[in-house]
Amino acid sequence: MNPKTRPVAVVGGNRIPFARSNSTYSKASNQDMLTAALDGLVDRCSLDGERLGEVVGGAVLKHSRDRDLTRESLLGTRLAPETPAYDVQQACGTGLEAAILVANKIALGQIDAGIACGADTTSDAPIGLNEDLREVLLDANRERSTTGKLKQLARVRPGHVVPAIPRNEEPRTGLSMGEHCAIMAAEWGIGRDEQDELAARSHHNLASAYERGFNDDLLTPYLGLERDQNLRPDSAVEKLAKLGPVFGGPEGTLTAANSTPLSDGASAVLLASEEWAKERGLPVLATFVDGQTAAVDHVHKREGLLMAPAYAVARMLDRAGLTLQDFDLYEIHEAFAAQVLCTLRAWEDPVFCRERLGREQPLGAIDRDKLNVNGGSLAAGHPFAATGGRIVASLAKALSERGGGRGLISICAAGGQGVVAILEAPGATTKGGKRS
Amino acid sequence: MSDRYSQIVNSLPGRLIAGRVGLPQPTPLERHRPGAPVLSGRALLGAAPGGRLAGPIAKALAEAGVQAATVGDGELRAAAADAGLDAAIFNPDSPGEQRFKALVFDATGIADSTQLVELQRFFHPTARRVERSGRVVVLATPPAACAGPREHTAQRALEGFTRSLGKEIGRGATVQLVHVAPKAEGELASTLRFLLSPRSAYVSGQVIEVGPRVVKKAPRVDWERPLAGRRALVTGASRGIGAAIAETLRRDGADLVLLDVPALSDDLEAVAKALDADTLALDITEEGAPAAIAAKLADGIDVVVHNAGVTRDRTIAKMPTERWSTLMEINLSSEERIDDALLDAGLLRDNGRIVCVSSMSGIAGNSGQTNYATSKAGVIGMVEALAPALAKRGATINAVAPGFIETQMTGRMPIAIREAGRRMNSMSQGGLPVDVAETIAWFASPASAGVNGNVVRVCGQSLLGA
Repeated sequence: MNPKTRPVAVVGGNRIPFARSNSTYSKASNQDMLTAALDGLVDRCSLDGERLGEVVGGAVLKHSRDRDLTRESLLGTRLAPETPAYDVQQACGTGLEAAILVANKIALGQIDAGIACGADTTSDAPIGLNEDLREVLLDANRERSTTGKLKQLARVRPGHVVPAIPRNEEPRTGLSMGEHCAIMAAEWGIGRDEQDELAARSHHNLASAYERGFNDDLLTPYLGLERDQNLRPDSAVEKLAKLGPVFGGPEGTLTAANSTPLSDGASAVLLASEEWAKERGLPVLATFVDGQTAAVDHVHKREGLLMAPAYAVARMLDRAGLTLQDFDLYEIHEAFAAQVLCTLRAWEDPVFCRERLGREQPLGAIDRDKLNVNGGSLAAGHPFAATGGRIVASLAKALSERGGGRGLISICAAGGQGVVAILEAPGATTKGGKRS
Repeated sequence: MSDRYSQIVNSLPGRLIAGRVGLPQPTPLERHRPGAPVLSGRALLGAAPGGRLAGPIAKALAEAGVQAATVGDGELRAAAADAGLDAAIFNPDSPGEQRFKALVFDATGIADSTQLVELQRFFHPTARRVERSGRVVVLATPPAACAGPREHTAQRALEGFTRSLGKEIGRGATVQLVHVAPKAEGELASTLRFLLSPRSAYVSGQVIEVGPRVVKKAPRVDWERPLAGRRALVTGASRGIGAAIAETLRRDGADLVLLDVPALSDDLEAVAKALDADTLALDITEEGAPAAIAAKLADGIDVVVHNAGVTRDRTIAKMPTERWSTLMEINLSSEERIDDALLDAGLLRDNGRIVCVSSMSGIAGNSGQTNYATSKAGVIGMVEALAPALAKRGATINAVAPGFIETQMTGRMPIAIREAGRRMNSMSQGGLPVDVAETIAWFASPASAGVNGNVVRVCGQSLLGA
């Protein structure tokens, strides 16, 4: 085993514009979208016929036929078919976890280059056979004689036509993620106004990123869509304030605008060793410095479902010898505006930092002007497994564009999990850290 | 003894009718069950800026295992963190559907009448979020200990607030004001626990003084059995409130000596047998009684509960001397003599307790009870007079003043008077003997070493004598 590690470069990224659920991409499968995102990256980074070390990806809502979604998608691209691939699944953390896996193998020298990717569709969602019908059919299949099979099939009832539709709820609490986040918002005292402000800002930041062409080399148009469909450049707090709550009951503060919409899309990001990139004349946008996951017990300890990133970041900062203020840019996935605000408040809160994180001092506040500067999931949309790739690519580019710096990524995921990472570009301006 | 009216209006049809015609609708009060948590819900902690008690309150809540939330104020969050209180945040602008079992407010920061608006700021968005049998505790500085007239005025004003809130909050919730003297911040635990818990079910609208500890070393307390290893004398213990006191002190771990007149010795033995207690059958008004008691308690005593008492009602115009004097002997004079005997012999142990039973009549006065009210007001005087002296000896003296308590005695009252007594309080119902006993157990606890010279009414915030 190689005892030394080497820097991992974020070389480039590509995604298709994200579409709102049951809209432009309603007939596109995860495999279609992932193939498109990967092929766009092949074009952008001249990977035609290239045999990469590995392609790692996944989807959260998956058909049973998509057993090896990433490998099957890869076979539809112009990458060398000899490139191995595997699927991962960690809810909304899938995309970033895939990047951590690829980065780790590169760091260890096990591969030189790889792609982390993800896709999700809530339109072309898998609908399962009715569970009772499935049991009947399996029982029938187990019978050897025809009469035995018929006897089993006679158990089929009209009610069995009702299919099993995937539901957006936590299996162990029965609450939707929105309801969970509404509980968090109330527990952390997150107001409606600050949520709407964050949502409006997300739209404005994404719109201005498009305006100045920031996304030109991060995006490939797909099925006629050139920009994220959910983007509302004219989004205004006054307008958002008129919406009624969708989660948390009549006193709730979560609305359709400050929660991410269900959406469809795919993304991919190319990671490599610095030498590999250099040999091919590809840029090193940033290095993938560190990654961390954490989970909370939202079932028995009733902890906020989406609070795991607050823990993950604290642990990662300790390991890296950094403070929360040692970053030039912050990318906190906007599953809900309230999730971002709960996380920020938790880091500022002496009680949370003492009781839950075991720290004498709070991690403190961040400069909000450095947060999600090119828009976040509220504006872009959030096809679950595609969000990690979107964020890694755009943060790497933003760091490179500003001539260096350090960026923090924080993504919350279902099941009480969180995935976070640090990217750095040479010429970091914010001081601190053992590793920079 | 059963409160049939409460049973009727708490049935479905009864509730509908009572609601329509505006009859009082008493909420069944929660009462303590062994092993239950101090507070069966969340406490919300708030504070006026610049207060000195947020930290000690947070510490007491954390130690009591109370689930808590605080308003999202920086000072308060830091205090909670320092105290190890794992508290959630409450933002009145984003309340969600949060409800609280208790509201605890540190008002010590209010140094001027213009700052009294802090009360409105905290309670306006939260008063309706208090659950049934909820608790409100406002903590303040004793006006006499305030730095100047402005602060004195503002701190004294708080009493009007808590007494009014007690009358409007309803649904079995209680409201208290606790005066915490400077340097007594560490003595809050037993009082906060009592006031937050269902033990104080029938105590409301009270002003409680917590002062510096009367003993040097902070006593270590097992909160489930605070009186373990302590010996308690209860007079008049054979029935009613006295028997409830004995049961409650025994539950809290005390070894008991139960006293009553020889005529009731069968009842007394029955109570004693169930509680594994020692007995003393004697008439406390007899000349030799104090010496006999002192002899019985020759090894020393930790808690003395003067519960024995009688009524001999007559208007003063019809009151013969004998009727006056018998009562005064039993209710007051004998208590003084017993205290003197025990104190002179040095039998009240370190961190000892004398707990007296006064009465609402002793505060408000009552027609036909000049003798009774005189004796019970005298008990209050005794508490006032002895408190400083006992503090010097490392002991405390306090009194409970019961209001309408459901006993055999009240069961024999004419129905009109009985119903008036039951309903004319913030709980719209009578209290139970155990409510008096729980209050006495709080005074008796070794942890209540900062609670001295108090007269606490157990009256559901009765309209009389308030």
